[in-house]
Amino acid sequence: MIVQAVVFYLFASVMLLSATAVITLKNPVHSVLCLILAFFNAAGLFLMLGAEFVAMILVIAYVGAVAVLFLFVVMMLDIDFSRLREGVVKYAPIGIVLGVVLLAELLLLFRAVFGEGRFETQAVTDDVTNTQALGQVLYTDYIYIFQSAGLILLVAMIGAIVLTLTHRTGVKRQNVGDQVSRRPEDVLEIHKVEKRTGV
Amino acid sequence: MTGLTFVSLYPVWPELFMVISTLMLLVIGVIKGNEFTSLLFKLCFGVVAISAIMMFGVPTEKIYALNDMFVLGRFAMFSKLAIAVAVGISLILSSRYLREEALNRFEYPILMMFATLGMFMMVSASHLLSFYIALELQSLSLYVLAAFRRRSVTSSEAGLKYFILGALSSGLILFGISLIYGFTGVLGYSDIASVVPGLEGDRLTGFLFGVMFVLSGLAFKVSAVPFHMWTPDVYEGAPTSVTAFFAMAPKLAAFAMLIRFLGGPLENLADQWQVVIIFLSVMSMAWGAFAGLAQTRIKRLLAYSSISNVGFALIGVAAATAEGYAAAMFYMVIYMITTAGIFAFVMFMRRDGRALKEISDLSGLSKTHPLMAYGFAVLMFSISGIPPLAGFFGKFFVFEVAVAEGMYALAVFGVLTSVVAAFYYLRIIKVMFFDEEEDAFDQPHSIGRKSVAVLALAFSVLFILSPLKLLETARQATQVVYVSQDTPSTSDGGNAYELENTSR
Repeated sequence: MIVQAVVFYLFASVMLLSATAVITLKNPVHSVLCLILAFFNAAGLFLMLGAEFVAMILVIAYVGAVAVLFLFVVMMLDIDFSRLREGVVKYAPIGIVLGVVLLAELLLLFRAVFGEGRFETQAVTDDVTNTQALGQVLYTDYIYIFQSAGLILLVAMIGAIVLTLTHRTGVKRQNVGDQVSRRPEDVLEIHKVEKRTGV
Repeated sequence: MTGLTFVSLYPVWPELFMVISTLMLLVIGVIKGNEFTSLLFKLCFGVVAISAIMMFGVPTEKIYALNDMFVLGRFAMFSKLAIAVAVGISLILSSRYLREEALNRFEYPILMMFATLGMFMMVSASHLLSFYIALELQSLSLYVLAAFRRRSVTSSEAGLKYFILGALSSGLILFGISLIYGFTGVLGYSDIASVVPGLEGDRLTGFLFGVMFVLSGLAFKVSAVPFHMWTPDVYEGAPTSVTAFFAMAPKLAAFAMLIRFLGGPLENLADQWQVVIIFLSVMSMAWGAFAGLAQTRIKRLLAYSSISNVGFALIGVAAATAEGYAAAMFYMVIYMITTAGIFAFVMFMRRDGRALKEISDLSGLSKTHPLMAYGFAVLMFSISGIPPLAGFFGKFFVFEVAVAEGMYALAVFGVLTSVVAAFYYLRIIKVMFFDEEEDAFDQPHSIGRKSVAVLALAFSVLFILSPLKLLETARQATQVVYVSQDTPSTSDGGNAYELENTSR
């Protein structure tokens, strides 16, 4: 029990610290790296709750895709981050008010949901893991939705290609097949050079 | 649900066929490249035609499939056939246009096929999840199509505007769906229908809030005022073939979906949503008519024309009876075919290989191209609702339903705005027949475009021979939108009551 508590507080505190670092660090690349750290710690918390599927999705989707995308954007776009930071003091009151409102909402929601025992969780049978249980409904009851969502992703991909890909002519590309099938006889000419004459 | 077999999937066969063949065509397109586009258009046309024919093979009574998320019946069949016709026409119109405008890329027909698939799924949706997914599949393909002329600023603007506002409306719909789910605990149409009578007090209010959000999102998709602001820019900026597609198919699909949503699970709440539909209808008719007066560009004018026509069709929906829904679908089908003809004529407007945009470019058309001018004039008369052309019957039956339901003010308002809108249609005729003639257009070569124009003309003129047949078909179709008397294969309705017990 005590080990669990220690691990929980470790994950939670590292997560809070790295989340704070995300918004306070000067270097945007460091911010994104801290964000990734926060995601990993959140995944750890999910694991402790027994939600291994959500934990893995968090790592794969958020760390693997979203955060890396952020990193690309931060590194590729020329954004003047020092200018974005101007006026922090000016906007701080609004930020604090919004934060307090959000916190109050969360607390109220927490009370409303858990306070009077209105929310009852249904125990999942022990022999089925989360991932299995999700898969069982996803691939049977919701197969239609699941496959159609796949089609939507395909359309998104086609759309991105249609709207951005340009075939430029005159670009020299590496052709591995050509390189491998090149033979010395075809490309090399061997000259017997006489002494003191040059080629 | 008891296992998926090929046979148990038979209501979905047309869609399955379409997905598989579209994916195959996509691969062929990738391998063969853009030179293959013309042939790809023909193949896509074939796929749509075969899917439409497959629709006839299924029984006409209502069947649910895929865990009650998909429904097939007369209404879905009627709408899908109409959509298939619209897509077929758009494919014919697009093929030539893309070559003329040097936009020949094989992804275009593929995206159109995905949009069509989305529309088919939309009209068959009987569950709010499949409703949303289908809508997204269709919309995402359309966003890309709107921006297809990517080198042009207006086309990119059209795509971006459509995308951002479309994402906003999708957000509204999702928020509405989450409210509906929160207050009823179910998402299936028949489940919602069984829960609705038991809703009262706060839960009813919350549920209605959700419904209003979904309605706003749908109003955006059919471009009803005040959710119309994207329409003129998108219609103007998108390539003309895409605009033609936008004006014909997606609206029809969105109407079918709207009718299924309002007539199905919300049948008993008609007195609650009727007001909203009447408001949308009145605003669309008025704004479409008055804002259209100031337009000088033909595609912008057609955008406002589509807004006002959506207003007329919404009168039918506002009646909240099977006859009203039938009148709305009937109206949309007639509007769709007339629009197809109009866009074929708009595509004829080319001079020295360049497409013309202004209404004034049509001036003196009766002297340079008399046949074209007379054809265009007939279509303009038809869409402004002058008897004995097809457009008149559309308006007539919509107003008839409104009068039968005692909504006299709405009917009178509709007639008045249609008089205002008639001004801008007639102005085009005036420009063509009485203004100074300009240089002749390029000689039209496209057989497909000509045949679309001729077919639309024939439809408009000959419709009077049996106007009631299409209406009868539409009436039979809309009889089955109600879900209250259905017994779906598996019912999850029980969940709702469990939730009710635990939450109180």
